[in-house]
Amino acid sequence: MSLHQLSIVQAHDGLLKKKFSALELAKAFLDRIKTEDKKISAFLTVTEDLALSQAKRVDDLISVGEDIPLLAGIPLAVKDNILIEGIKTTCASKILEDYIAPYDATCIEKLKKLGAVILGKTNLDEFAMGASTENSAFFPTKNPHDLNRVPGGSSGGSAAAVADDLCCYALGSDTGGSIRQPASFCGVKGLKPSYGAVSRYGLTAFASSLDQIGTITKTTEDAKIVFEAIAGKDPKDSTSVAINKKLQVTSYKLQDLKIGVPKEYFVEGIDKEVEKVIKDAIKKFENFGAKIEEISLPHTKYAVPIYYLIATSEASANLARYDGIKYGLSKNQGQNLLDVYLRSRVEGFGDEVKRRIMLGTYALSAGYYEAYYLKAQKVRTLIKEDFDRAFQKVDVIFSPTAPTPAFKIGEKIIDPLSMYLCDIFTAPVSLVGLPAVSIPVGFVGKLPVGLQIIGKPFEENKILKIGQLTE
Amino acid sequence: MISKEEVKHIAKLSRLGLTEKEIEKFQKELSLILDYFNLLEEVDVSKVEPTFHPAEHFLKRKPSVTREDIEKSQKTEVKNKLVVAAPERKDRYVKVKSILS
Repeated sequence: MSLHQLSIVQAHDGLLKKKFSALELAKAFLDRIKTEDKKISAFLTVTEDLALSQAKRVDDLISVGEDIPLLAGIPLAVKDNILIEGIKTTCASKILEDYIAPYDATCIEKLKKLGAVILGKTNLDEFAMGASTENSAFFPTKNPHDLNRVPGGSSGGSAAAVADDLCCYALGSDTGGSIRQPASFCGVKGLKPSYGAVSRYGLTAFASSLDQIGTITKTTEDAKIVFEAIAGKDPKDSTSVAINKKLQVTSYKLQDLKIGVPKEYFVEGIDKEVEKVIKDAIKKFENFGAKIEEISLPHTKYAVPIYYLIATSEASANLARYDGIKYGLSKNQGQNLLDVYLRSRVEGFGDEVKRRIMLGTYALSAGYYEAYYLKAQKVRTLIKEDFDRAFQKVDVIFSPTAPTPAFKIGEKIIDPLSMYLCDIFTAPVSLVGLPAVSIPVGFVGKLPVGLQIIGKPFEENKILKIGQLTE
Repeated sequence: MISKEEVKHIAKLSRLGLTEKEIEKFQKELSLILDYFNLLEEVDVSKVEPTFHPAEHFLKRKPSVTREDIEKSQKTEVKNKLVVAAPERKDRYVKVKSILS
């Protein structure tokens, strides 16, 4: 096995046994990025100097016989909406094209303390708005399994980089499916933790009642390691919580496990071959001894419209900060302050971002607030109650992560609504703040298909343990 | 279908200086999306309370968290970085166009 194919656990073992140094490991990835990333365009910035200096520090520790943490010397890639001090953070937007992060996000600070080696920043849909990474203002990323297809999004760069062995693992962010769907399209493991499990300090805000930082890895064991490293309460993010260890069940009996399968997730719109791959995977769990139970989540069809009402409303407020005054692109040749706002924003934002800001502004505006925004928040309660009822009967819920495998570049970008429907199985989970992981369980042709395992709040380790059975 | 005037109004509230052509494009696109959102009309929510925050129910506490109202200092180094990020500035001040004519 070559160095770039190793999991975190295997790479750590190699470092401890001195089979290779951290510098050799970092160089193996940097060399591979140089040759392979030309094909898939996963990276927006490669941080070679940072990676090499971090790797050298880990080698120094190893050479003096120090114990090193599991993540020390292990190279990762970071979605370009998470701040790393002194490194460009563009959010794949023209408005932040030259923005240098003034400080580290909390998750980065934690990983740096553990000796992580940062290879670079990965591509995304502008401000994480999209499901294909085609909304990047710079270039689209390609799916390593088929270069004519999208890697999914918005964390498409991170998922493609892990799938193509350009990094050992990656960080992403998930608002309505942005970790899980690209993980499904690229055949890797993508964990969206419970709302509040990981501090968002230093993550560029998109929709604050939904955004969560999570992991993209080659194994579920790696996902657990990275999740535990970045999770926890942070005074800098008042929505973050200390995780109750008791909830982090790691052992369970498969014979006692009740798996719920929502009937509303296998209706029109789902690709027949995807459905077959998912049903075969569920069958395997039944053969292992788990009990499979059909459940109903009757408000599923409203999840996409309410997700887009809530996410765009929150985005319209969050993105008001890009004003051409404090940082980022500024067009100030006009006469007055309003001109600066109007010109900087219209030239700095791409079409999808403009569309969402306007949708959100509309949903929050006088006369429409009750019909759209408030109504959406009420239907959200009904979705939450659907899940509450289901979890009284079952321990976990299985579903497809996405209704189709990776689609062709250009196929959906002209029709915003068709792109929104990619989130049909992932958005409901985000609206309720539950943890979920996408695990590759098969293929349609050469395209991977992901199974979504949804857990109760803070049962990340349980869903990962269950996902491990597929490995 | 939302009107062109409504799109212009939303664009202004959104601080987006759109051209006439863009206004027309977004009028079509936003109308299609809003039509789809109207699917929500069929749901009866007369007895339902809104869920503004996903954590309200499982964190078993109010989502509002406040800290003591005391000044927190930031490292000068970080403060300087924040100031120099501004496109236009004078000394340690962020410069803006005049707001009074």
